[in-house]
Amino acid sequence: MWKYRLGAIGLIILAVLVGYFVYSTELGDSKHAFKLGLDLRSGSHLVYRADTASLDSADVEGAMTSLREVIERRVNLFGVSEPIVQVEQGGVLGGGENRLIVELPGVTDLNEATALIGATPLLEFKLVRPEMEKLSDEELKTKTLGEVFVSTELTGRFLQEAQLQFDSNTTGEAAVLIDFNKEGSDLFAKITKENVGHVLAIFLDGVPISSPVIRQEITGGSAVISGGFTPTEARDLVRNLNYGALPVAISLISTQTVGATLGDQATDAGVKAGIWSLIIIAAFLVLWYRLPGLLASIALVAYVALNLAIFKLIPVTLTAAGIAGFILSLGMAVDANILIFERMKEELRKGRVLHDAMREGFARAWLSIRDSNISSILTAIILFYFATTPIVRGFALVFIIGVGTSMFTAITFSRTLLYAMQMKEGKIGRFLFGSGVLNAASDYSTKR
Amino acid sequence: MSIISRRKIWYIISGILLVASLGSLLVWGLNLGIDFKGGSIMEVVYTDNTVSVVDIEQVLTPLELGSFSVRPTVDGEHSGFIIRTRELSDSDHVIALTALSFEGTKTAEELRFNSVGPLLGKEAIGKSLWAIVLVLLVIILFIAFAFRKVSEPVRPNGGSVGRVSSWKYGIIAIIALIHDVLIPTGVFSYLGHTQGVEVDTLFVTALLVVLGFSIHDTIVVFDRIREHLRLDKENHGKKPFEEIVGESVDETIGRSINTSLTTLFALLALYFIGPTATQMFALALSIGVIAGTYSSIFIASPLLVTMEKWGSKR
Repeated sequence: MWKYRLGAIGLIILAVLVGYFVYSTELGDSKHAFKLGLDLRSGSHLVYRADTASLDSADVEGAMTSLREVIERRVNLFGVSEPIVQVEQGGVLGGGENRLIVELPGVTDLNEATALIGATPLLEFKLVRPEMEKLSDEELKTKTLGEVFVSTELTGRFLQEAQLQFDSNTTGEAAVLIDFNKEGSDLFAKITKENVGHVLAIFLDGVPISSPVIRQEITGGSAVISGGFTPTEARDLVRNLNYGALPVAISLISTQTVGATLGDQATDAGVKAGIWSLIIIAAFLVLWYRLPGLLASIALVAYVALNLAIFKLIPVTLTAAGIAGFILSLGMAVDANILIFERMKEELRKGRVLHDAMREGFARAWLSIRDSNISSILTAIILFYFATTPIVRGFALVFIIGVGTSMFTAITFSRTLLYAMQMKEGKIGRFLFGSGVLNAASDYSTKR
Repeated sequence: MSIISRRKIWYIISGILLVASLGSLLVWGLNLGIDFKGGSIMEVVYTDNTVSVVDIEQVLTPLELGSFSVRPTVDGEHSGFIIRTRELSDSDHVIALTALSFEGTKTAEELRFNSVGPLLGKEAIGKSLWAIVLVLLVIILFIAFAFRKVSEPVRPNGGSVGRVSSWKYGIIAIIALIHDVLIPTGVFSYLGHTQGVEVDTLFVTALLVVLGFSIHDTIVVFDRIREHLRLDKENHGKKPFEEIVGESVDETIGRSINTSLTTLFALLALYFIGPTATQMFALALSIGVIAGTYSSIFIASPLLVTMEKWGSKR
């Protein structure tokens, strides 16, 4: 008995400490403060489709990684706090599309956001198809860019640095000198070596801006873009290229913006709903199951503290749907307790003493609890993997954590508390372990 | 006992609800949200309450945004609107916002803007269907697992011919699941037609959670029935099947109702005081949880008795 009492005291102290951690990390600036999703604090969520059709499948991953890095740099430069930039595969159902997801907390002006990302230049080097070189200029005009040019592997991905340059010998025209990194230099050397005498066009944002003819192999790893720029245009291009050039073209396919008002309202409402459901469930448990109900309510409070601490430590980005998942899990977490208590009552009715009834209750309800939680977890995992929206994914993650934690609090925690209550056999003990609002006579099973 | 013997009443109630749900689905279908069909949704609120739906329609019509819908959000002090259009590009969006400011005479705050490309919508439909199929598969496997121990006919019923073999438990569990999913879907079809409530990815999520919740409810009752059948056989008892099912339902009804109640308390708190974004989600779940609890007590177990009766008549 003392073993359980010590255990119970230990668990309660632990729960209080966890609760204090949750509370204290909300005061001031803590790195463990709750991470709120965009729908709770305002911001923009943008989904871009990356045009990787022209790439070798082996190069796609590298291109997407460098795409992410470029956009990340750009977004950071803009001073957005905690932006998220991530690559996502559309999967078979999404036609195998490669996507880039950009989340900009606090940025609610969608135009500002898309302009910021849209200003990233797309730099490509393309060769003219051999059969096209024979055509006259008039004939070329009837062809599309795709028919005339063929992509090379060389893109803005391999750019190291861009500089502004003025053509010294002739017109003094502004031009942009670009240096490739090692990999880019090798590629550039290879392409120029194999295509001496041919045109290697430089494309900026999908438009050919200069079409120099390769005279010899270039090994130095630098090229000049001279496209009749004004000095200002050239300066902007140099700046934009230095922040990073896109390796592949991107187009916006989905946006979501939440203003600050709505975000704050949703957070307040979510917290209120959570507190109320906790109060109502605890009140119900105490009124209906009496002493075990009270202990289950304490276990439920510990469940809340533990879950919130896990959300902070992982950390889980909370969304409105995530909060909904958490509130739903509050209601379902006590299922284990209810199964145990109902079983306990049955054992009591069969004439067992309190102590044995408790043990039997826990032992016999276990299989049912296990099955229920397994089916919930499997459902949540499927939801997580097939989630198309961050909303559904947020729900699924919170739900998985909730089901897992509830196994601990509703079983181990409440069992330890219950065993710690040494209950003498007798009227009071029987009453405290009975159920129903008035007395045992209001029990469903005795109505027969 | 009374629950089982009055089973005709429960069948009729469920029958009416199912027919109504199916009818609503066939006649009105579902009102798909932009998650699924693509498009844009914009919520704006003005600093005063002098703007009407007609005003909004008037400024938006010349913009050629295709067919759009304007729905007022209820709030006495400010005019607020939810505007649904085809998928808006960046520039369309700016043009629309400019128009909504009535040439700068009104100040509109954009609470949210959501835009989904049509391809992304198709993908969401595909993924949702896959998720549903997989969850159903898991549940069928779960049923098979839960009933794996019953290979012999469960109830020789003291020499009479009536038998309920284990696969029938499975079939009934699945019938109960269909019941539990059809009813919330029917309600949302009705709400979609009358209130413009949309079905989105969260609705599908709610359905899947309901599936997991209600199958478990049903299995707890069936487990108890089998436990009693075993005990009865060991004691060479000759209790009628109907009585055994009745006892089992009586014993588990407390647990079923109480679990559903605590879950419903949480969901109702979420519906009435929670964020608007998850209000319909809470509603779908509440309806599903109620239907799930109802079906495990009033449909699934009585159906076992009905099946056994059919078996013994033949």
